[in-house]
Amino acid sequence: MYVVIILMFFSLLVAGGFLIAFLWAVKSGQYDDKYTPSVRILFDDKKKEEKTENKKIENKKTN
Amino acid sequence: MNQTEKIEIKEDLICYHCGDKCSDNSINIEDKLFCCNGCKTVYEILSQNDLCDYYNLNSAPGLNPNKNLFKHKFEFLDDETVKQKIINFTDGKITTVTFFVRQMHCSSCIWLLENLYKFDPAVFYSKVNFLKKEISIKFYEEKISLREVVEILASLGYEPELNLDQLEKEKNKNQNKSLYYKIGIAGFAFGNIMLLSFPEYLSIVDNVDNDVRFFLGLLSLLLSLPVFFYCSSDYFKSAYNSLKKKIINIDFPISLGILVLFFRSAYEIISQTGPGFLDSLAGLLFFLLLGKLFQSKTYDSINFDRNYRSYFPLAVIQKKDEKEISVPVSNLKKNDIIVVRNNELIPADSILIKGKANIDYSFVTGEHEPVEKNIGNTIYAGGKQIGSAIELSIQKEVSQSYFTQLWNDNSFSENKEDAYYKFTQTISKYFSIIVLLIAFGAGFYWLQFEVEKAVNVFTAVLIIACPCALAISLPFTLGNTLRIFGRNKFYLKNDIVVENIAEIDTIVFDKTGTITKSNSAGIQFSGDEINQEEKSKIRTLVRNSSHPLSKKIYELFNDSKILEVQDFSEITGEGIEGKVNESLIKIGSRKFVNQNQSELQQSKFDTTVYVSIDEIQKGFFKINNIYREGLKELIDSLKNFKIKLLSGDNEGEKENLKKIFAEDAELLFNQTPKDKLNFISKLQSEGKKVLMLGDGLNDAGALKKSNVGISISEDINNFSPACDAILDAEKFNKIPDFIKFSHSSMKVVKINLIISLLYNVIGISFAVKGILSPLIAAILMPLSSITVVLIATLFTNLIAKKRGLI
Repeated sequence: MYVVIILMFFSLLVAGGFLIAFLWAVKSGQYDDKYTPSVRILFDDKKKEEKTENKKIENKKTN
Repeated sequence: MNQTEKIEIKEDLICYHCGDKCSDNSINIEDKLFCCNGCKTVYEILSQNDLCDYYNLNSAPGLNPNKNLFKHKFEFLDDETVKQKIINFTDGKITTVTFFVRQMHCSSCIWLLENLYKFDPAVFYSKVNFLKKEISIKFYEEKISLREVVEILASLGYEPELNLDQLEKEKNKNQNKSLYYKIGIAGFAFGNIMLLSFPEYLSIVDNVDNDVRFFLGLLSLLLSLPVFFYCSSDYFKSAYNSLKKKIINIDFPISLGILVLFFRSAYEIISQTGPGFLDSLAGLLFFLLLGKLFQSKTYDSINFDRNYRSYFPLAVIQKKDEKEISVPVSNLKKNDIIVVRNNELIPADSILIKGKANIDYSFVTGEHEPVEKNIGNTIYAGGKQIGSAIELSIQKEVSQSYFTQLWNDNSFSENKEDAYYKFTQTISKYFSIIVLLIAFGAGFYWLQFEVEKAVNVFTAVLIIACPCALAISLPFTLGNTLRIFGRNKFYLKNDIVVENIAEIDTIVFDKTGTITKSNSAGIQFSGDEINQEEKSKIRTLVRNSSHPLSKKIYELFNDSKILEVQDFSEITGEGIEGKVNESLIKIGSRKFVNQNQSELQQSKFDTTVYVSIDEIQKGFFKINNIYREGLKELIDSLKNFKIKLLSGDNEGEKENLKKIFAEDAELLFNQTPKDKLNFISKLQSEGKKVLMLGDGLNDAGALKKSNVGISISEDINNFSPACDAILDAEKFNKIPDFIKFSHSSMKVVKINLIISLLYNVIGISFAVKGILSPLIAAILMPLSSITVVLIATLFTNLIAKKRGLI
């Protein structure tokens, strides 16, 4: 019967992982704007060479 | 004789690039129409690159924004104090700034605004929040100034909004986030505690080791700690605050339920006397918080709390020692000399000392026709100069001006919105008292037999009577109503407004801009018959003038040809003249056109423009009010309400209005903004619940004071005064439907009240007998909540469908 406790432990671990993922998603602002990213994804910019520097900074800020 | 009313023919103008509707055909390339400059620019980029390299552009050739276009317009952004107020953050090198850009409305806008670095690499980061219409920009301070950044934006057609309001922009960003955290945690705890409680539910308890049971219990308790201390904190706070004010609100029985739930469960688990009700606790909070999320639908880009600060510019040009400098508006003092250019707002009451003023007071009154002022005249704040630059001497400080004084009235400082629903306010008082009585009654009854049982019953009543279903019925019903209204272009500030609408018994209309169309006032020609050729001549002449009346005449004769014009001249404030096909045409004021000739009948209240061809007067164009379509039907269908009309105008339209409004309706004219406010106060002191419909800033006081202030707007993104709701003008005739629908929603709330009470009766009947098991609680609570939510959404949607609102 004690195996239940181990199972509980693992299930909580998994669920806790999702909870943390959710909290992180909220904190990083993914719920602030629920519309623009859906449009932005279509603007996928292929050209990277020239503004690598700019891009880097941009990435740093967004993450 | 009287002929040619302009019939509006509106074909759908479709944007060539994005397929959105265009409001007019002003933005175009050859025959292709665009809805905004963003689309046009994207199209230009595409066409210049043979339509294939949409995303492979190094830069935008030929698209260097012309910064010189604005000359001094954004000069004030070089001022250090102004700058500090606008930017969010700077470390000397990189500056971050957020702008509100009203014009953004389609995906091209986003694309363009997020690619600002193509126009100037110094702007290395730009990100759009489309729903809020905000763009946050980061740029290298050394390479580009704030002013230049704004000029780039403005030259692309996205002039950011810069106004006095920005001095005190406070943002409550974290509020919504904490609600998400709470829901996440409550949901997590709810699911897991339920899982841990399954052995109990399935009555396999007997087979389970006592140690395992104890362990599962402790684990549940651990999981419920954040729910109790974090997720439910708002309810405790709210209950405490209202108790301090000697009010029992809905959060009181909820808090009581939560407290009892937690402590009884903790006791049972630790003393190993029972499994506790922790799953119900977590479930309760989860549903309550979901209700809050559903209720908190807001329209990010619409601002309901504007005051005069949102309209006024940040800075004006002051003339000092023959030099023009840019100063913040709030620093203006009496007798300062300022320069106001074309299309700029007059920030304070002042006297005209130089130039010819043509003031458009449409912000204030909703009336678009400019008013002419001569040197020495007083010009009130809030007007917009149309035409060449003028010089003004300030008479009163900005906050003391005639117009801004309105905001010093008490009704602006008192907080109208109560955070609670009135409906539950009254119910919860009686509800709490009855529940406490039952709990104590049952407790005392059992006290005769067994103390432990008495405590058990007492707590069980408080737990099961926790009005969760009641508490979420309002947010869901009214929240859904708010969404349905939103779909019909009727935007409410929050869901409590629905409740207020259902209560009103008096409706007050403003005239100009509310029941009349504001920017498409009709124009009519009366006089001698004019033939097609003459029409062409008139149209040709007015084409050269930018006066709003000229534009209207131009539109009126939109089927006539354009000819060649010679010797055109425009005399500001008088009229225009020119030679078309060898005949001299004069259009303008009576004096200008006919040097004391024949007398044509005219009403003294209307704005008139006279026309003569070869010195022979042909007649005049008359601007008259065009009432919105369906006004008569609207008034007729509001028979159950007391109808009043307040107008800032003179009585010129009184007879016409009498025909539309019922005989006993009160029609008041020449009302100042203050008069309007006082009129509403008077009605309210008579116990009336007033709905005010207005549009301009002159209604701002009345809108704020009334129980429900609705602002009518031709374009919801445009300026509108502080109010409870904004209604798109094209849905004007739906007002009776909206009111009826609010009534229906409140009925749904009442049905839900009965249902949730029924569930409570069932629960309490278990509780008083002392046989409330955790399983019953765990079934009853979610079941009642789900029933209520289903009824709320289904019924409101059904009714909306029946009324044609969806």
